[in-house]
Amino acid sequence: MNKVVANADEAVRDIPSGATLMLGGFGLCGIPENCIASLVKQGTKDLTCISNNAGVDGFGIGLLLENKQVKKMISSYVGENAEFERQLLSGELEVELVPQGTLATRCMATGYGMPAVFLQAGYGTEVAEGKEVREFNGKNYLMELAFDSDFAIVKAWKGDKMGNLIFKDTARNFNPLMAMAGKITIAEVEELVEPGELDPNYIHTPGIYVHRIFQGKDYEKRIEQRTVRQR
Amino acid sequence: MSYLITDNWNHIIAFHHIVALIYKMALNKEQIAKRIAQELQDGFYVNLGIGIPTLVANYIPEGVNVVLQSENGLLGMGPFPFAGEEDADLINAGKQTITTLPGSAFFDSAMSFGMIRAGKVDLTVLGAMEVSENGDIANWKIPKKMVKGMGGAMDLVAAAKNIIVAMQHTNPKGESKLLPACSLPLTGVNCVRKIVSDLGVFDVTPNGFVCIEYAPGVTIEEIRSKTAGKLTISPDVKEMTV
Repeated sequence: MNKVVANADEAVRDIPSGATLMLGGFGLCGIPENCIASLVKQGTKDLTCISNNAGVDGFGIGLLLENKQVKKMISSYVGENAEFERQLLSGELEVELVPQGTLATRCMATGYGMPAVFLQAGYGTEVAEGKEVREFNGKNYLMELAFDSDFAIVKAWKGDKMGNLIFKDTARNFNPLMAMAGKITIAEVEELVEPGELDPNYIHTPGIYVHRIFQGKDYEKRIEQRTVRQR
Repeated sequence: MSYLITDNWNHIIAFHHIVALIYKMALNKEQIAKRIAQELQDGFYVNLGIGIPTLVANYIPEGVNVVLQSENGLLGMGPFPFAGEEDADLINAGKQTITTLPGSAFFDSAMSFGMIRAGKVDLTVLGAMEVSENGDIANWKIPKKMVKGMGGAMDLVAAAKNIIVAMQHTNPKGESKLLPACSLPLTGVNCVRKIVSDLGVFDVTPNGFVCIEYAPGVTIEEIRSKTAGKLTISPDVKEMTV
């Protein structure tokens, strides 16, 4: 079993134009910076990206947008990005807005092998258009489908060569869910260690879900809203 | 001499009266947050939205311990970090750098909305553009303006068992935000149970809005004139304490 690849370039090399990708992260927190950079370099086109957010101008998925590599975004919140807005208004980019919990749960359903889940979010709103409604115990639920994602790209804090992953703080967010949901899952990690070096009690994502793993480098970890208090 | 003293005194009284009138016209954002903080009970798990709701954390009453939930995956949200101690891996749902507290816990986004959906979060406070008399809420989209997305708002309003809306009673044009029916695209239906506005506190009941408190200095007439939806005044209505 060899899941270790040399770097991000090698990890994303076979992602074809037109592929559907899940990209972990919340805002710029816990995003797979190395793989995004390699996708930009590689120039893979017509991507459908499932990601909670769409990055900012000049960072994260914003880099893929600037390079016109994204055909469609499936996200819950896409503010903070002028290039995104321009492409959306000009019709170059398609966007499907999904409530955040629904997005997370649809990722989860995929990883758990469930074709659909019933969720209340969006009932009675435009999100419900075209969706089957079912009543359980007097409440109405929308049937939400699992995703079909060719690749999932996640960023972890630590990982071992078996693909076991540990995430740090709120950089966990969508990462473990998407890790479970890709037909092929790529994990970039801040610290790649030998099997046995991570305590099995503290693994967030078991290696069975991870197909490729590599030691990431040069993490910028940009902060969107730097808020501090006085001493 | 005596005349002068009296004259000054009258001026002072008049000055105070004007200040009081200005001060008492309606609540400011901090006062709305302060009033909502009175709804917090010891042991509550609470999700605070962006804007006025965030300010509620500054007014948690003495002796009341609440745990703040941030839907990007944290229970036990602490204050902003000291300068130089910011950590890009530790943010809240508004993408602001924050800290943890003793007893904090991290989790993924599915579990985060799972605990909201399953009714484990006791109170959700969020802002709104419009609320209807049957408890519908609109707060995510204005047609013909750039749509940024609903984030977690639809999940929160659909599932939270106790939702308080914090908002101005009227929009910048002076139009009522408490309506017979929302005109903007909905975030959720029949879900808001209480509103704290700059004019008062309102229960949302099967019988429409019920005013249970008015802000100091605000008249019932003003509340009536600025509420477009069905409004009744509670027989027990009282002045708000903030």
